[in-house]
Amino acid sequence: MKRSILLATAARYLMPLMLIFSVFLLLRGHNEIGGGFVGGLVAASALMLYGIAISPAALRTLLPVEPRLLVGLGLLAALTSGLLPVLTGRPFLTGLWLKTPLPVIGKVGTPLLFDTGVYFVVVGVVMWILLSLAEEEAK
Amino acid sequence: MLTSQLTWLVLTLAGGVLFAAFAPLLRRRAERLAAPLLALLPLAVFVQLLAALPAVQMGETAQARFDWVPALGLSLTFTLDGLGLAMGLLIAGIGALVILYGGAYLHGHPSLGRFYAVVLLFMTAMLGIALSGNALLLFVFWELTSITSFLLIGFEHERPGARAAAWQALLVTGGGGLALMAGFALLAVITGSFEMNVWAARAAEIAVHPLAPAAFLLILGGAATKSAQFPFHFWLPNAMEAPTPVSAYLHSATMVKAGVFLLARLFPVLGGLPLWTPALTTLGLLTLVGASLLALAQTDLKRLLAYTTVSALGMLVFLLGLGTPLALKTAALFLVTHALYKGALFLSAGSVDHGTGTRDIARLGGIGRAMPFTAAAAGLAALSMAGLPPLLGFIAKELVYETTLEAAAPLLLTGLTLVANAATVVVAVWVGWRPFWGRPGDDHLHPHEGTPGLWGPPLLLALLGLALGLFPALTGDGLIAPMTAAIVGQSVKVKLALWHGLTPMLGLSALTLLLGVGLAALRRVVQPRIAAFWRALAPLGPANLYHRFVHGLLSLASWQTAVLQNGYLRVYALVIVLTTAALAGLTIVLKDVTLTLSPWQPPRFYDFILVGVILTAAFLVTRSRSRVATIALLGSIGFSIAVIFLLYSAPDLAMVQFAIETLTVILFVLVLYKLPKFSRLSSTPTRIADVFFALTGGLLMTLIMLLVSRHASDASAAAYYAANSLSQANGRNIVNVILVDFRGLDTLGEITVLAIAAIGVFSLIRLGGKPGRKQRAVPKGGRTK
Repeated sequence: MKRSILLATAARYLMPLMLIFSVFLLLRGHNEIGGGFVGGLVAASALMLYGIAISPAALRTLLPVEPRLLVGLGLLAALTSGLLPVLTGRPFLTGLWLKTPLPVIGKVGTPLLFDTGVYFVVVGVVMWILLSLAEEEAK
Repeated sequence: MLTSQLTWLVLTLAGGVLFAAFAPLLRRRAERLAAPLLALLPLAVFVQLLAALPAVQMGETAQARFDWVPALGLSLTFTLDGLGLAMGLLIAGIGALVILYGGAYLHGHPSLGRFYAVVLLFMTAMLGIALSGNALLLFVFWELTSITSFLLIGFEHERPGARAAAWQALLVTGGGGLALMAGFALLAVITGSFEMNVWAARAAEIAVHPLAPAAFLLILGGAATKSAQFPFHFWLPNAMEAPTPVSAYLHSATMVKAGVFLLARLFPVLGGLPLWTPALTTLGLLTLVGASLLALAQTDLKRLLAYTTVSALGMLVFLLGLGTPLALKTAALFLVTHALYKGALFLSAGSVDHGTGTRDIARLGGIGRAMPFTAAAAGLAALSMAGLPPLLGFIAKELVYETTLEAAAPLLLTGLTLVANAATVVVAVWVGWRPFWGRPGDDHLHPHEGTPGLWGPPLLLALLGLALGLFPALTGDGLIAPMTAAIVGQSVKVKLALWHGLTPMLGLSALTLLLGVGLAALRRVVQPRIAAFWRALAPLGPANLYHRFVHGLLSLASWQTAVLQNGYLRVYALVIVLTTAALAGLTIVLKDVTLTLSPWQPPRFYDFILVGVILTAAFLVTRSRSRVATIALLGSIGFSIAVIFLLYSAPDLAMVQFAIETLTVILFVLVLYKLPKFSRLSSTPTRIADVFFALTGGLLMTLIMLLVSRHASDASAAAYYAANSLSQANGRNIVNVILVDFRGLDTLGEITVLAIAAIGVFSLIRLGGKPGRKQRAVPKGGRTK
């Protein structure tokens, strides 16, 4: 695949912006349009744009962890958010909220952890599939 | 007091499971120390049970209860009574010895750590069965023993024989487990509880209930498969593929007794059914006599022992079936006796195998001089098995004859028992005497005695059989009486003695010995004839039926897989669309739904544009001759739908749709180069049929959408979410609140499925990515909203 300099340069700047936007979607999801699922999709698109514009190998070195680890971490986060209320004697997946909202993030509670889990699973799954396909391509 | 002891016991067991998980690590770090350290767990349980024995002898029972899933009637109820205690002593005591023995027997084996872990897990499960007071809890432990048994039979999983035997054992006992579950469920339907003491208290009510015979037969099915009763006996001899310590522990001393234990446990509940005695005595006698005759055809030490184990289990079921206080007392005594002598014999058979490299009794002979301790252990245990005084086996056999003589058809029952007992004596001689002191069949054996770990445990078990036999009164009062009391449900006097005077039982014992020793001496004549007889019968045997059944099941499975899972994505899509259309269409027709259009807003001009784009693109897709154009056209459909979402105020859906469409295009770009040249392969009639199917699917969806919008039955749900989203779930975005809070469990399930799908896709890419192999289509990692 021939590289386009325009695309590669744009991707370098767009990727971090889109990642920040995806986190923004995740955090505001409970009250405004957004959420972990769409946030994860946006993050995956951002990373994939980088991977296609520059190279899958470059994307791989950029990622701090394996995509499949993200999937596992995401599931673990979602499960933890369900089990935390069990520890306090409430049914599985009951929403627990901190009384005072944190600066920047806003209201914090187990549903946010759950949504973060969804976010990571989505990023992980999409990256896992697309990156393996892209690497097959590069061979 | 006893209750707190029971609680501690349960806590020890729970700790034991965690302990078991570290066994492989411990083994890697400290090969020598691992076995003694791990044996401390069963030893601790053993000591705790011994400490509880005096109170249980006084007639006390204890119950400890922890709620688990109260809504299902599932609570962790543990009870401690004479039966559970005696069973627990056997499980923990033999368990400790087997861990020590296994360390020596499998010394240097790469998977010794796994052996320790699974044996400890099995022991915990088995103790769970012995102590459960709740039927559901018992069932969980029951299945856990089946699974650990599977893992241990297939311990040497590189060998196809071991794998096949493990699979067979799992299928037979697992199938029985299902029947058992159904039986428990029926009893729960009758009584409204899964607590076994509730069942016992309402036994009279159960006995007259029309569902009771079905419940009994189902439970009997579970017990018969687990305890290898005819016609399910064949898995047990095959299970001898397991390492010998496993055979000794699971497949003779403890696990196969679980079925018998369950029948004894449920005697107060089901013993009053008219079906109980005929069903159990017939089953038990068939197994007893059949297996003891099958045993005579064997030449392998372990298979000889396995078939006599089956016959002993038949004896136990038969005795429980008779159900008289004397028979129950005999069953309790026989259970303990058999566990001790059979455990010892199995372990010595393993030592013989270890010391000579063979288990064939035709080759073995004269190794007693080289292996004196093993010979002593095997000899002592064989004496108990043959029923000679002053061993425990003698007392048990006297009691068996006393029971049959007292029963309804004394001549027939005593005769059949005599045959089986004589065959047992034959096997005792072949296993306990011949290999050690008989004429050698092979001069190249080079026998040598193993480490103390290999002869200590069997010798200890055999000596225990001697000690309990020497002090019959102590054994009777201390162990057998509480056991019998727990089975009967009231306290019972048990007087055991070695010498009863000149009784018919003594005469029968002598006759048994005479017959047995005579037959044993004629091994070369007897064995081939009996083997030939069984070979002739084999095509009719249940083992053959089992193989045919499994073979048929597999053929059926591969046939239906070939039809339904043929690997063509277009066929899958077709099947899904047509099935949905047929089922949903049928429902619409049957329910006689009349379709009236709900009042609708007049479409705006941009609606026409969007619908126009979608329709044109959909039509052009079918005419397209280029793959890139097709992808672009499909993309334009997706984006148009997203715009529609946006226009009709569903911004969340629109965003997801945009993102999914974008990623789909990327996905297509990545696989584009791998796909074959785009060409038309289907014939014109096929394409016409496809048009018809597509229209059917589309029409059905349209119809359903119209019906849904007419009913608008979701209005109340929508109102509920709108009203409660902020107050109960702290969020204003209802879509997101539903996803992460109201229906959070669904989402958790969905992301799990997503992760599993990703694993599948990844492995398909890795497998199918090799050049020359056909690449399958990759499913989209999206989800429906």
